[in-house]
Amino acid sequence: MKYDLVFKSYNEHSILIEWPSRIEEDILEDIQIFKQKIQNSANEQILYVNSAYNSLLVAYRNYISELNTKRAELQALYNSVSNTARFEQRLWKIPVCYDDTFALDSEDICNERGISKSDLIALHTNSKYTLYFIGFLPGFMYLGGLDKQLHIPRRQSPRARISKGAVGIGDMQTGIYPNVSPGGWNIIGNSPLEFFDVSRTVPCFAKAGDKLQFVAVDLEEHSRIVEQVTKGIYQIESEVIHD
Amino acid sequence: MIEVLHSGLYTSIQDQGRFGFQEFGVPSSGAMDQYSADLANLLLGNDTNDAVLEMTIQGPKLKFHSDTQIAITGAEMSPSLNDKPIAVHQRIAINTGDVLSFGALKQGCRTYLAVKGGFQSSVMLNSRSMYSGITETKMLKRGDTIPIESLTSETSTNKASIKANINHLSDSELSVFKGPEFDSLDETTIKVLTTTEFSVSNSSNRMAYLFNEVLPNDLPQIITAPSLPGTVQLTPSGQLIVLAKDCQTTGGYPRILQLSQEAMHCLFQKKAQQKVQLKIVDNPV
Repeated sequence: MKYDLVFKSYNEHSILIEWPSRIEEDILEDIQIFKQKIQNSANEQILYVNSAYNSLLVAYRNYISELNTKRAELQALYNSVSNTARFEQRLWKIPVCYDDTFALDSEDICNERGISKSDLIALHTNSKYTLYFIGFLPGFMYLGGLDKQLHIPRRQSPRARISKGAVGIGDMQTGIYPNVSPGGWNIIGNSPLEFFDVSRTVPCFAKAGDKLQFVAVDLEEHSRIVEQVTKGIYQIESEVIHD
Repeated sequence: MIEVLHSGLYTSIQDQGRFGFQEFGVPSSGAMDQYSADLANLLLGNDTNDAVLEMTIQGPKLKFHSDTQIAITGAEMSPSLNDKPIAVHQRIAINTGDVLSFGALKQGCRTYLAVKGGFQSSVMLNSRSMYSGITETKMLKRGDTIPIESLTSETSTNKASIKANINHLSDSELSVFKGPEFDSLDETTIKVLTTTEFSVSNSSNRMAYLFNEVLPNDLPQIITAPSLPGTVQLTPSGQLIVLAKDCQTTGGYPRILQLSQEAMHCLFQKKAQQKVQLKIVDNPV
């Protein structure tokens, strides 16, 4: 038992569990282990679970008649020692093309920060980003770990249409638009990968707790990867991270 | 099979929703007024999760290419079969070639149409509920065809009808629970919340209902956290956003209130400019 959890009744069939209000990898790990314990418990009454930075939502199939009973069950599960729930992280290498064709806002960022385009690419590709959770849009990953020099406020007026695969920066976050969408982030590149595949039972390759690193590719490589992804033969490079 | 002759304003296939993919950012979707959708299925002896059509403000024109039975519930939208008015909340026999159309909207905002055995569109991630990027389209368009089961001879032909309680179409009081960030509100704001008549904004849709009235607000944003249909968010500009069935799975605005299921059925039957009041009730035990 690492944290004092707060259990809140959210609606007739959901309980919200809250950790301290901070963005931290220790909290992320604790939430993911608890989430796995819940999923492994194969409790038929639970419809789904969903986590974010410091909270976990547990949705039940039916109305909850006794919140205290459910709370006690969940707290006991949280306290339990589990052999099966592990925090296995993978590091995914994500190709990104930073060419001006895609990088709509890179020039502005470079001018504002007094850095060169290659500085920007180096700053963006050097970090290993932590995937805290997927939300906002199907397949949209909330990534932590952006270099402070690249913390750029969202654009004053959002664009009506951002391309699929666009890589952007919004304040202290960086992320990839998994599909065409309106959006207010500063666009610095494009990734040729599919971040949400509706034909798969697990539609996203990465999960909360994993790490991502961007790898710069040129225009030619970008279109070659697009072709391979379309044919379903592209293998995303990844490795298990050992403590 | 059913052919769409006219699509109506916003007609989509919905079931009880898509669950288990929230952790990949997939909204739950599903019927905005689940009570009426359940009722339509009940009238036909369908499963409660069978897919129905949700029709918004202006109904579609549909041609049946097989025999079946239908039931219509929800908003009163003056339905006709082959140009003759038909009853709602009743099981109605349909013959091949029949054309179902809708007329003036008299009350409510969303009408539900169930067919015997449910609409048999493709199941994507365990649900038929239409949502952009998950199903092929987010709404029906002219020329679309939707598979349905052909009626078997054993199907009961008795005209099941029920006296349905449809008070939620006219009610304007929404029972709301305290949301996760309710305790950050000051007394004055709580007073304003419970005494204001809120009117539904024109920009309300399946993702969210907005109110025209603005509240004084100095609550900070929160660290992005899970949200649910029916969650009432308070934005920095003081606008109230009531998340609806196609809402995002997470959000960064304070979640000050949470609509009960009944309140969702009621609110999501409201058209722009209609008025509602919020009544804070005890959170579920």
